[in-house]
Amino acid sequence: MFTHKKRPWAEKLVDRAFIRMTAILASVVSLTVFGIFFTVGFQAVFQGDLSSLLPWNPDSIWQGIAPWNDEETFGVRWGAIPHFGLGFLANSSWNPVRSDYGALTPIYGTLMTSALALLLAVPLGVGTAIFLTEDFLPQKLRTTIGFMVELLAAIPSVVLGLWAMAMLNGFLTVFTPLHTHLGWLPFFGTEPGGPNLAMASLILVVMLLPIITAVSRDSLNQVPIELRQGAYAIGATRWTSIFQVLIPAAISGIVGGTMLALGRALGETMAVTMIIGNSTNLSASWFSPSSTIASLLANQFGEADDIQVSALYYAALLLMILTFLVNICAQVIVKRLALKYD
Amino acid sequence: MTTIQHPLTTSGLNYNPYAPRNVWNRAMNLLAALFSILVVLPLITVILYVLYKGGGAITPAIFTELPPAPGLSEPMGMGNAIIGTAMVTGVAALVAIPVGVGGGIYLAEVAKKGWFAQFIRFGVNVLAGVPSIICGLFIYALVVNTRILWGESFSAMAGGLALAVLMLPTIVKTTDEGLKLVSQELRIGSLGIGASRFVTITRVVLPAAISPIATGVVLGIARAAGETAPLIFTALFSPFWPDWSSGLGLLAPTATMSVQIYNFGIMPFAPQVQLAWAASFILVVMILMANLLSRWLARLSAS
Repeated sequence: MFTHKKRPWAEKLVDRAFIRMTAILASVVSLTVFGIFFTVGFQAVFQGDLSSLLPWNPDSIWQGIAPWNDEETFGVRWGAIPHFGLGFLANSSWNPVRSDYGALTPIYGTLMTSALALLLAVPLGVGTAIFLTEDFLPQKLRTTIGFMVELLAAIPSVVLGLWAMAMLNGFLTVFTPLHTHLGWLPFFGTEPGGPNLAMASLILVVMLLPIITAVSRDSLNQVPIELRQGAYAIGATRWTSIFQVLIPAAISGIVGGTMLALGRALGETMAVTMIIGNSTNLSASWFSPSSTIASLLANQFGEADDIQVSALYYAALLLMILTFLVNICAQVIVKRLALKYD
Repeated sequence: MTTIQHPLTTSGLNYNPYAPRNVWNRAMNLLAALFSILVVLPLITVILYVLYKGGGAITPAIFTELPPAPGLSEPMGMGNAIIGTAMVTGVAALVAIPVGVGGGIYLAEVAKKGWFAQFIRFGVNVLAGVPSIICGLFIYALVVNTRILWGESFSAMAGGLALAVLMLPTIVKTTDEGLKLVSQELRIGSLGIGASRFVTITRVVLPAAISPIATGVVLGIARAAGETAPLIFTALFSPFWPDWSSGLGLLAPTATMSVQIYNFGIMPFAPQVQLAWAASFILVVMILMANLLSRWLARLSAS
């Protein structure tokens, strides 16, 4: 009745080819990551395009070594990393006329805007997440607010930038009293008169809030109900149980979401470019125009040539390493702090 | 003999509204409510402001005309940018969906553990954290500067590739997670009646997980359509209609709505700024629709 039949070879072939294909498609992802690091690194070390990797290209980077290339060589055109070395990090001038480039101003701008934005966004976001997980409002209203916060995350950053430019005068009326009353502080030292670093931070706050709120809300929701009931049973008030029980239990998610938001803040480009003023002069004041690495790239890359392109790729490499480290830290922290409930 | 007082008469069990812990409790309630209002407020102002400023600028001509030259106020349109956004996002979807879904299938169905799968997962996480402007610089160096695409430099194709790099991790992750939700019995049953792995995955497992995957893809496309930073050095911009003669318009510099918002928004001319608002309106409405669609898809699968 039953006859043992082997699978037809065509079917086996299709099976194996399909598995191979998915493996190749999956490795495209990792290849892309490698390609991004390699390309940005290459452009930071050499001037000229990627095709100078080919040995037969007249501008080849191998021309000194290649035995078949006995024409007169012009020497390798080294880029920003050999030119400026680590001094790039501490040099605050960005001078295309003298070809003197340093990334101190954008590095300071990047770190300062991100730090300020996190300082404001973490309490606001976590507070909102707590508000949305407690029973202050009916469930339906909470779901609606949660959905709206998710929408805020989906609004393109360039639209937020346009909105911020329209709100410029509103920002200025808030900042001016800070300068007049607290002007002796170096942070408020200059008179706010246009786009500046503080505005960029505020726009970043608007962009980070949905991430922090959504991630914190999810991790607070995952805390087992028994923990809350236990806290209430021994007589804790609502906020005692929130601070002593719920937040410690959800801390891995909250810190992970914050690090994720930090990674986003460091690399955020469009809204910041439109509202930070794009000045490459170093100033301690939050009310003077500044730049971040990302805004420097968006603003200058189009008109740059030769060593300036290479310097911009050097800055991009720094930004990549920075966000890479932040994201690795986020993953490690989430794994370390995660409480296990069995 | 000591007298035992009833506890209720002395202190304890009545709610004392002035007890420090209760005052603190109420203060924190208020603070949390205040924070929530502060968070929701910018969202409402952004959306209302965009709908108000952009909605007023929407006319039929927006879809059929080109933008005006700087200083002029006629014609008032951005048909080229709308077509350009569709082209660039289309290229991105055509590249990113097969690669992303294939990679997700590999992670969820073929190699669940092992160093290679871990390595790929790590790569997906790193790629998800790469700033969008770096994707633009990468494609600029790889495609635009080397003129690898039939000798053309800035093009819709290059812009699409940059957006594809950006969409890829989202699609891999949603596919991976969507496939993990499919119950193991379906796979066992399919393999048990003699189906091959290829048939099991494509005819049984993928259809069962289609709704979370579709949700991720829809949201990924909507997000990509609003991205600007990867496009300013790849697709560039163009004040003209797509040049259909060069690779169906895919191999020429192309206007997109998001780059138009950036380019026109910082111009000192009122008609251009108005067009920037109109483009914002279209993008925001599109993203609202995509979010509603994804919710609808999720509900469809739940029922």
